[in-house]
Amino acid sequence: MEKFEVFTAVAAPFVHANVDTDRIIRIERCARVARKDMGLWAFEAERLMPDGTQNPDFILNRDPFKSTGILIASENFGCGSSREMAVWAIAGMGIRCVIAPSFGEIFFGNCFQNGLLPIQLPHEDITAIQTQLLNRAATNDHQQISLTVNLIQQTIVTPWRHDYSFHVDPLRRISLLEGLDPIGLTLKSLPAIEAFEAQSKGRRPWIWTHPTLPA
Amino acid sequence: MTARTLFEKVWSQHVVENLALDVDLLFIDRHLMHDLGGGDAIFQIRQRGLKVRQPNLTFATPDHVVETAPGRTGGIAPWADDTIALLRKQTHESGIHLFDLGQNSQGIIHVIGPEQGISLPGTTIVCGDSHTCTHGAMGAIAFGIGTTEVQHVLATQTLQQKKPKTMRVEFAGKTPPGVAAKDMILALIGHIGTAGGTGYAIEYCGTAIEALDMESRLTLCNLSIECGAKVGMIAPDQITIDWLKDRPFSPKGDNWQSAIQYWSTLISDSGAVFDKSVVIDCSKLSPYITWGTSPEQVISVTQTIPLLEEAGSSVQKQAWQDALDYMGLQAGQQIIGTPIQRVFIGSCTNSRLNDLRLAAAVIQGRQVANHVTAWVVPGSMQVKHQAESEGLDQIFKTAGFEWREPGCSLCVGANGELIAPGERCVSTSNRNFTGRQGPGARTHLASPEMAAAAALAGKIVDHRNF
Repeated sequence: MEKFEVFTAVAAPFVHANVDTDRIIRIERCARVARKDMGLWAFEAERLMPDGTQNPDFILNRDPFKSTGILIASENFGCGSSREMAVWAIAGMGIRCVIAPSFGEIFFGNCFQNGLLPIQLPHEDITAIQTQLLNRAATNDHQQISLTVNLIQQTIVTPWRHDYSFHVDPLRRISLLEGLDPIGLTLKSLPAIEAFEAQSKGRRPWIWTHPTLPA
Repeated sequence: MTARTLFEKVWSQHVVENLALDVDLLFIDRHLMHDLGGGDAIFQIRQRGLKVRQPNLTFATPDHVVETAPGRTGGIAPWADDTIALLRKQTHESGIHLFDLGQNSQGIIHVIGPEQGISLPGTTIVCGDSHTCTHGAMGAIAFGIGTTEVQHVLATQTLQQKKPKTMRVEFAGKTPPGVAAKDMILALIGHIGTAGGTGYAIEYCGTAIEALDMESRLTLCNLSIECGAKVGMIAPDQITIDWLKDRPFSPKGDNWQSAIQYWSTLISDSGAVFDKSVVIDCSKLSPYITWGTSPEQVISVTQTIPLLEEAGSSVQKQAWQDALDYMGLQAGQQIIGTPIQRVFIGSCTNSRLNDLRLAAAVIQGRQVANHVTAWVVPGSMQVKHQAESEGLDQIFKTAGFEWREPGCSLCVGANGELIAPGERCVSTSNRNFTGRQGPGARTHLASPEMAAAAALAGKIVDHRNF
């Protein structure tokens, strides 16, 4: 997994409540698009025109937000389906950090599995950042709308000199900072898993014993 | 000993190792898999040189991409046959039990888990699908996971999980006639919102829950994720035990005796402390139906669509306006009388035998409106055969419904079965998201009785007066 330490990029306001993962990536794409191409289909219904060209009205298709690497989203971002392709799609657009007041819980967990950092900030802070970005968009100056997300210090530095601090669960933070592989980590606990299984077979045999099935 | 919740009792039984303050390595008793990504996940871990650690605790079925037309043998979507073939190959080579197409046991994974007796009280159950919360109705901690976590479970039979907070939702009183489990849970979602349960494991309790049959409990728990909660569970009782007895995978003999003895301890102790508590008065409920593009945008069928001024924030107001534009509806209008073109009775929410019985009772002797295309997609082969033995298929077919084969179908359209742009569908499924049933499709979530009545009337009606 790609490490996440300090990341500076253009940030875009995405002011929609309850953005669900169906909206982020359609189910047909999950079924047949390769992981590396998933970004092409992110937010398909609003980002692309019926003929497949870019919709000029979609915020991430417009200057200065075309090169967005940080999404400033609204409440309950990523709710709904567990499809991890929603994270792949967003990451495929070059976005490595989503900041929102709240997230769909499965999406939130999936982000950490893919080197994408989801950050929770209070609603008022999100609104303030979104407003600043919208106001500064007219300058078309990327520096005016670029944020620096520092996972080491857990801070967000803005060009308007109002900085924010955030908190990430310690285990998840270390995994991202070091780019750790969760399966590899857990396999180090193999003796504990084996001991649990042996004890479980004695304590709850019905979990383990399946009856003979008819053919 | 301190009083503990049902959730805490089950969770603590599965902790392999404590990893951090509130993070545990949790043992997984039941890993359920389906065709959309299941075969690839097994392939991925094998590519890494790992193998499926406990194939005996892993179960799979094709449901998402399979066609549901009568007589189907695979899928119509261009990706379907490869996807199913990959699941077959990978499960076979790894020794995982597959409930395959053509077998008497295939169906939607969240229907067949409980039906086969795989989903048991006191277990941890995961699946790469957010509606895994359905199995919580059996008294299990059951939740949906992403692809990477699916691989993690395959390789280690565990997950690193943050322990959620607990929420007690009491459905008090007695529901009036014509009010279903679907209405109860839609009422809760309308009340606490689509993020109201985020970060919590919900325990549903109260007299109205105790009165629900097993299938209705599965419907209710199925929508836990629509209020944000990964986990929604109900303490097992005699209804649970009677329902599980003699299922193909249910414990047998001495194991059955020790299991039911253990299950009887799976209740929240009196005095157990929950982090949050909500009470819904069921005596005041009526049939519910969604008007927008989020399950929280829901009203009683007798109500009018809310006015934009009633929105709690500017973001919510915008979301309501966007939803109304997409749905082709006006703020303040009656939902009753809205013309519809499609009806879908199916999905892991409402495709079980009792759902079909209730819908058939509304339909019997009447005809689907001329301009409506109406489908029944039974949740499993078992459900389909039982319904046919009761003659329910004939009632549906005579009325003008299509009687189809089991699968996820129009709930999510992963098999290429879609609602056309602009068409309005009353659906017994779980999500009314923009484009969920197809690009431009307009979805109204409701109970099977509401869907059946809408099919006959050709418009949204209150099934109690129809």
